[in-house]
Amino acid sequence: MYSYLLKRILMLLPLMLGITLITFVVIHLAPGEPVEMQVAMNPKISAKTREKMREFYGLDKPLHVQYVSWLNRLARLDFGRSFAPDNRPVIDKIKERLPITISLNVVALIIEFGLAIPIGILAAVYRNSLFDKGITIFVFLGFAVPTFWLALLLMYFFGVKLNWLPISGLHSLGSDRLPFVQRLLDLARHLVLPLTIASFGSLAGVSRFMRSTMLEVIGQDYMTTARAKGLSERAVILRHGLRNALLPVITLLGFSLPGLIGGSVIFETIFAIPGMGQLFYMGVMARDYPLVMGILVIGAGLTLIGNLLADIAYAFADPRIRSVKN
Amino acid sequence: MNRWWASCLLSLLLFSGCAADSEQPPSTRNPAAPPAYGDSLIDSTIGEPTTLIPILASDSASHEVANLIYNGLVKYDKNLELTGDLAESWEISRDGLSITFHLRKGVKWHDGTEFSARDVMYTYRVTIDPKTPTPYAEDFKQVKTATAPDRYTFKVTYEKPFAPALASWGMNILPSHLLEGKDLTKSPLSRKPIGTGPFVFKEWVAGQRIILDANKNYFEGRPYINSYVYRIIPDNSTMYMELKVGGIDMMNLSPVQFQRQTNTKAFLARFAKYRYPASSYVYLGYNLRHPLFSDKRVRQAITAAINKDEIINGALLGMGQATHGPFKPGTWACNQRQKDIPYDPEHAIKLLSEAGWKTRNSQGILLKDGKPFQFTILTNQGNDVRLKTAQIIQQRLKRIGIDVRIRVVEWASLLSQFIDKGNFEALVMGWTITPDPDLYDVWHSSKTGPKELNFVGYKNQEVDRLIEQGRSTFDQEKRKQCYYRIQEILVEDQPYSFLYVPDALPVVNLRFRGIEPAPAGISHNLIKWYVPKMEQTH
Repeated sequence: MYSYLLKRILMLLPLMLGITLITFVVIHLAPGEPVEMQVAMNPKISAKTREKMREFYGLDKPLHVQYVSWLNRLARLDFGRSFAPDNRPVIDKIKERLPITISLNVVALIIEFGLAIPIGILAAVYRNSLFDKGITIFVFLGFAVPTFWLALLLMYFFGVKLNWLPISGLHSLGSDRLPFVQRLLDLARHLVLPLTIASFGSLAGVSRFMRSTMLEVIGQDYMTTARAKGLSERAVILRHGLRNALLPVITLLGFSLPGLIGGSVIFETIFAIPGMGQLFYMGVMARDYPLVMGILVIGAGLTLIGNLLADIAYAFADPRIRSVKN
Repeated sequence: MNRWWASCLLSLLLFSGCAADSEQPPSTRNPAAPPAYGDSLIDSTIGEPTTLIPILASDSASHEVANLIYNGLVKYDKNLELTGDLAESWEISRDGLSITFHLRKGVKWHDGTEFSARDVMYTYRVTIDPKTPTPYAEDFKQVKTATAPDRYTFKVTYEKPFAPALASWGMNILPSHLLEGKDLTKSPLSRKPIGTGPFVFKEWVAGQRIILDANKNYFEGRPYINSYVYRIIPDNSTMYMELKVGGIDMMNLSPVQFQRQTNTKAFLARFAKYRYPASSYVYLGYNLRHPLFSDKRVRQAITAAINKDEIINGALLGMGQATHGPFKPGTWACNQRQKDIPYDPEHAIKLLSEAGWKTRNSQGILLKDGKPFQFTILTNQGNDVRLKTAQIIQQRLKRIGIDVRIRVVEWASLLSQFIDKGNFEALVMGWTITPDPDLYDVWHSSKTGPKELNFVGYKNQEVDRLIEQGRSTFDQEKRKQCYYRIQEILVEDQPYSFLYVPDALPVVNLRFRGIEPAPAGISHNLIKWYVPKMEQTH
């Protein structure tokens, strides 16, 4: 088990290097350069000024030199400075937005899995019942309705028409002068709509997934055996069925980890939430290479760690995997 | 099934929408309420500013905020005429080669230090410093010498008279006592600026808001409004909803919002809508190096076949005006008497036939030497109005026998793959109109190189001469003559089919008084805006 884990961890390094190389090349292949994006169509900029600006950002050097110097910095955990005119360290920009996105997505993930797992189990247990069919419709709505459209509808209905909830942002203006509890309430009110939207789309997928894995498990012999032992249906489902049905869902949870940092461009934009999704989108649009690379590296790192954790969780949940891997 | 659910939900919302709007109370405002200090103005911006050191910023959001914090030596007044800002007055030498600025005395930086000619000198030097990554060095590079004979005088001399020079001193002046000898690109002032302007920087919460407080010691008088808040809202629909619930006090509306969504009693009881020509125009530009467009009769024919009013009504819902030159209608450089090529498809067909496009193929497309008249219009992604404009042109040109295709390309690709390489036939694009009418960068034949702005490749010796003349004199009457003649030539040559100047459509909460719409827009007298005591909400 431990040697397997060690091997897996060692494999992460070349994998990470490969990812950075590919993303570096891909982002440089996209048409447009940071300087161009800043000064294009500006009558006041001569070719010479443009060259000066390229030099300032080190864009005049060959691509491989740029990559190696970027890698060199990364080895010292220095993500470089943003190519945006503020020229701030990339890590500062990420630090500003990371806590918001992570906390928002963790809560969304808890809501999502907290709801999806019981919904999936119930839909499987009461297969083809009215509940199951109702949930199917709900699930397909979640799949089919575009996030931005649903978000706008909810904002219009609960924000503009009913005036129950704030429309965008994280705090009301002047909320910093409120007592702590009220400030917290203000934040919670701001988060209702974004969290609903953030969880709704994926809720559908996860609950559907849970339903199908549960259905597979329900038909297994060991479930019949458990029932034959005289266990209550509830105990059969929760103690024997759930544990096995959860295995693939754990993988899904592992895959959700990078989403914690990447955030969602769409809902962050619509709800004016200053998270990583928004930062990444703006970085890509401005061809802010160091910022994009910084976010991608952290994202890739988390994906790999997520997979690793999922594997470990798998191994713990299922003794067979442990022994096979040993 | 999904569609059914969706339409049910939508109808429910629309129905509740009608009900709620009509329940709003009518306005109970006193229009003659006296000015009072207080309240906050909450503005909104789609993009977050990048830096509040103006010479480093290239985005409009940064400049918009920085302009409230800093001043230049000169500024444009409400009629778009240059007037003194940090400079009380100036003299231009008889030969037009030097400008002497007499600076205001007693102006204080927000940290209490006194403003002086040293700050102007620093701003000039740091802008032309090759180590400063600024896009604004060009105008200042024309300066031969710059001197500061005393604390309140600043003098610049040029190699040759350069009319746009005066306007270039509208550049925001930076505090030398905080920046001299330091690396500008790493200065904390990019996030916490200190200026001389009507508003003092208070707070910047990344991605959320920037708050400015009124400068109580502002040299033109303290602004009535206590604080100016910029909320960063990256989505236009969200911004509009925030406006409706009172989360923001002002924004720019789209033509659809202006015409269709804000004409309810409830809305008009709370907001004032303004409408005036924006400082930009949209055009159909031709690649003049392409054989299809080398004959000016062809270009004239295309213009004659396009109904500009139809485009304005269709794409802008009437919120704009037709144009036939590069100047803003109503400004001194714009020749109002110049006639455009009128919409006349018959005349267009005649012109095309003179140019050799006589026969048609089975689909009715004009042929010359056996080749059909066919071209592609490129436009940038994400601009719905431009796409509609191209589509209306496509329909009109089809009727006279020209087959037009439309291709929408992402901005960066459009620039690098098509415009920079001269790899296009025609494009629908727009230009910002600067208050100074100098046309050198877009229309002079020396600017037709790669990555330069005369990318259509327009070359006309007379226009070159007139542009040079226009920028080498400070005499407005002489300049006007040059630009009037240029407009005549452009109407004749049709290097672009100039299409329209869209309207700016700002909306402001009615509790704000003292707003005076003018050619410069509504923000020119921001420090005079006020909210009567009874109506203050923040």
